[in-house]
Amino acid sequence: MDIAGPDFIKGLSFLGAGLAMGFGAIGPGIGEGFAAGKACEAIGRKPEEAGLLTRTMLVGQAVSESTGIYSLVVALLLLFVV
Amino acid sequence: MLNSIAYITASSYLAAGLTIGLGAIGAALGEGYAAGLANESISYKPKMSGELLKNMLVGQAIAESAAIFALVVAILLLFAQPSSGSPIVAWSAIGAGLAMGLAAIGSGIGAGSPAGKACLAIVHQPSEKSRIMTTMLVGSAVCQTPAIFGMVISFLLMFMDFSSAPLYPAGAALLGAGLATGLAAIGSGLGSGLPAGAACLGIARQPKSGDKTMTTMLVGSAVCQTPAIFGIVISFLLIFMDFSSVPPYPGWAALLGAGLATGLAAIGSGVGNGFTAMEAVSGTARNPECNSETNRVMLIGMSVGQSTAIYGFLVSLLLVFTKMEPSTSLTSCLRLLGAGISSGFGGIGPGIGLGIVAASAVRWVARRPSSTVALIRTMLVGMAVTESTAIYALIVALLLLFVL
Repeated sequence: MDIAGPDFIKGLSFLGAGLAMGFGAIGPGIGEGFAAGKACEAIGRKPEEAGLLTRTMLVGQAVSESTGIYSLVVALLLLFVV
Repeated sequence: MLNSIAYITASSYLAAGLTIGLGAIGAALGEGYAAGLANESISYKPKMSGELLKNMLVGQAIAESAAIFALVVAILLLFAQPSSGSPIVAWSAIGAGLAMGLAAIGSGIGAGSPAGKACLAIVHQPSEKSRIMTTMLVGSAVCQTPAIFGMVISFLLMFMDFSSAPLYPAGAALLGAGLATGLAAIGSGLGSGLPAGAACLGIARQPKSGDKTMTTMLVGSAVCQTPAIFGIVISFLLIFMDFSSVPPYPGWAALLGAGLATGLAAIGSGVGNGFTAMEAVSGTARNPECNSETNRVMLIGMSVGQSTAIYGFLVSLLLVFTKMEPSTSLTSCLRLLGAGISSGFGGIGPGIGLGIVAASAVRWVARRPSSTVALIRTMLVGMAVTESTAIYALIVALLLLFVL
């Protein structure tokens, strides 16, 4: 198996894309789960505030999602642009 | 130049070290946890120290079994004669070591939970001693299932004759087979310990509803085993496949990636489902009347929680069964390995996160059955958002597989 320069760069950028999205998904996954878990708890305590609590949960999760989206962007850059 | 016997012997020694090094982690942690809770229990009622010590030792003995499996495999790797002089045996030895070593981690830690919680339970409800001990024994026995899966795969890898298989791609496939079951077993072992511990405490709190608690525990622990079963299925596919049907390059990367995808993704689902099952068992013990609601929400939560393991399993199946063009470029190999790594690691976090959401929902359904509908709705919305990063990882994997 002989490896040329462009092949080496392309190959490692594919591996890098996998690593970026794979590791990048760990944090938002756990964080958003924690937020939604607390939202369920809060709705359990005060079911009449369900609308407010769900809205807050979604805003919080959206912020927590951002790092996952950064990973996705970097992965897509590695796949298609670089 | 190294001759192949030296290569195989060296790899077997490395594998033996990995097996017992990894395999010792779980049992020691689980037993330490049990001993800690036993001491806490004795401090409440020092007069019961004899009973509690006995219960601790029985619980620890079961947690120890995972490490003993690993010790047996390590000794076999050290002293068993290799089945042939083919270099493929070196890779199957390392796969065998990883399967057993990694699988013992989850079962060891998992079995510590019922052993420790049973001591606390006995001190709070001494009249239910025998029932608590039975629950502990059943619960810790279920925790050992993933370690047994690991041992089965490791025996297959050690004693089957692969000498006629080509080094590429079979070497990587056998390593992947070890990783798939070993990694997947971590989550299931850890996860199935949590409901077992909660059941011991639940029976102490509400001895009258002991049967319902036990049933919920068994259902929960059984569903927690699913990710380990995905892992063992992929291992069997990788061990018994026809290696000549796969081009050596980039086949090796696809088959190693297949092992990593299912193994890693299963860790998250196993642990997450354990959280959900634990809350369902505690909830059933706290409020036996709404047992059926609790169980229903638990099963909804667990089936959504399973999705990340299923994404990993799907990518593994695609990697094993998609026809690929022979190509010796590094790009074509790392493309396939990257797909496996993306969906594998990408499943860990969302799997745990989905479990946390479902666990909270189940806890509050048991406390306030009147708001079950609102809780299920929020749980599903929260889970959908939590799922998103796993879906990104799946998309990246599918792009790597089919577009690039």
